[in-house]
Amino acid sequence: MKIPIYMDYHATTPVDRRVLEAMLPYFCDDYGNAASKSHAFGWRAEEAVEAAREEVAKLIGASAKEIVWTSGATESDNLAVKGVAQFYQSKGKHLVTCKTEHKAVLDSMHALERQGFEVTFLDVEKDGRLDPGRLEAALRKDTTLVSIMHANNETGAVHPIEEIGRVTRAAGVLFHCDAVQGVGKIPFDVEKANVDLASLSAHKMYGPKGMGALYVRRKPRVRLVAQMDGGGHERGFRSGTLNVPGIVGFGKAAELARLEGATEAERVLALRERLRKGLQAGLDLLTVNGSLAHRVPGNLNVSFAYVEGEALMMAIKDVAVSSGSACTSASLEPSYVLRAMGITEDLAHSSIRFGLGRFTTAEEVDHVVRLVVEKVGKLREMSPLYEMVKEGVDLSQIEWANPH
Amino acid sequence: MAYSDKLLDHYENPRNVGSLDKNDPDVGTGLVGAPACGDVMKLQIRVSDDGVIEDAKFKTFGCGSAIASSSLVTEWVKGKTVDEALTIKNTDVANELNLPPVKIHCSVLAEDAIKAAVADWQQKHGMARTVKPDTVQGDRAALLERGVLKSGI
Repeated sequence: MKIPIYMDYHATTPVDRRVLEAMLPYFCDDYGNAASKSHAFGWRAEEAVEAAREEVAKLIGASAKEIVWTSGATESDNLAVKGVAQFYQSKGKHLVTCKTEHKAVLDSMHALERQGFEVTFLDVEKDGRLDPGRLEAALRKDTTLVSIMHANNETGAVHPIEEIGRVTRAAGVLFHCDAVQGVGKIPFDVEKANVDLASLSAHKMYGPKGMGALYVRRKPRVRLVAQMDGGGHERGFRSGTLNVPGIVGFGKAAELARLEGATEAERVLALRERLRKGLQAGLDLLTVNGSLAHRVPGNLNVSFAYVEGEALMMAIKDVAVSSGSACTSASLEPSYVLRAMGITEDLAHSSIRFGLGRFTTAEEVDHVVRLVVEKVGKLREMSPLYEMVKEGVDLSQIEWANPH
Repeated sequence: MAYSDKLLDHYENPRNVGSLDKNDPDVGTGLVGAPACGDVMKLQIRVSDDGVIEDAKFKTFGCGSAIASSSLVTEWVKGKTVDEALTIKNTDVANELNLPPVKIHCSVLAEDAIKAAVADWQQKHGMARTVKPDTVQGDRAALLERGVLKSGI
């Protein structure tokens, strides 16, 4: 077993060696610009780009012409949200999203608010999922776009996107879905879910960083205001010379996900359950954050009550995980995703996100269980809150001063 | 976040973790911070008849910097008189551990914990508090009566 152990697959994934192999020829040998229409170097690059486009499209039930290459999901989210809002602003200036979306969507929405748009930020249920009824009630005559993610990056909770798609389609409102955390891990089909735009990222599915895509529906046709002006690449949606090796890598990653995704999901889910059950057997006062039934296979987000998340991460420093604790960020505010789910601040501070994936082994899971159980025990011995609770003190009855 | 070696040493090998008998008249207990902020420190001191801090223990819920800050101040206050201990400033703690700017509040909490422990000890001895009491607010007497708070916490 190799130390350190990587359990942060939501942050990024390693590039699959098969993906790297596919990319390599496009650096030093087939280095043409895919936009060069007049010579063989350009043609070969274009051919590779189009083959990759087919693969990415196939993975999400789309056609190749509906895939626009971008630099990553942040760009895709910006292009979808701002591009649609701006294009359809004569029709209406109301947008809907939810509070647990990725910052790339939330901050794009905030930018639009400053441009005079009105945005409704919906609450989620305690399990982290959006109630489609809540969405339906929020739609107005002047609503043009709904942006709801597929799976949440912190809790792994999967939104009922097919129901959401039915609501938006019936209302004639466009549906953008940030599908970064779901695609390649659980089934995602733009037709089944009536998705009009979808953001994808290569590095979350064993492809290279700096490579993304935006699915833009053609039937019925969705239109956008480009956010990057220039040579008119990607049918004018996104100018800029194509990152040919990155695109080839994304295509290969999509092919592997399509061929192996289902088997992999089963294996990763079994490991996740091994982790969850191991931790639950070894520790009391542990809560799983987010729906367990509707969740991506590789995610386990847990709060270890009375232990602060960053302290625990330091204690298990040979295991790469992330925390919803404020202490991991400069803001001193704990995770806004967990807070939006109604999780109390102290439990948000105590949360750890484990992300399992393609290269996680059972041996690693068992090691992590042993380590976490030991270190949480040690930190609880050091925790005044744990001591008070064990003495029968009801912490909620104490009025703590100087909040922050 | 890159932490100093001293901070990591205090985090990995914390000094003086534990509890003293909070009902002992010679023991002062300070409890500062709030769970919602992600930091709660409990610092206890045992003071001899001549006003010297003979022993100190801590328990902390918080990040690595908070744990290291409290560990450090237990070392520092031991052997000092109560008045000397009160001269420890948060900047001393921050400098010693080379705390990054976002973690300065941990050192503030450590200074508050010393003051709160001293205030508790002063109160037990019928002295006027020269520093502010701990930061748990509310009607302490009522909370104690209802059993929500144990005396000393």
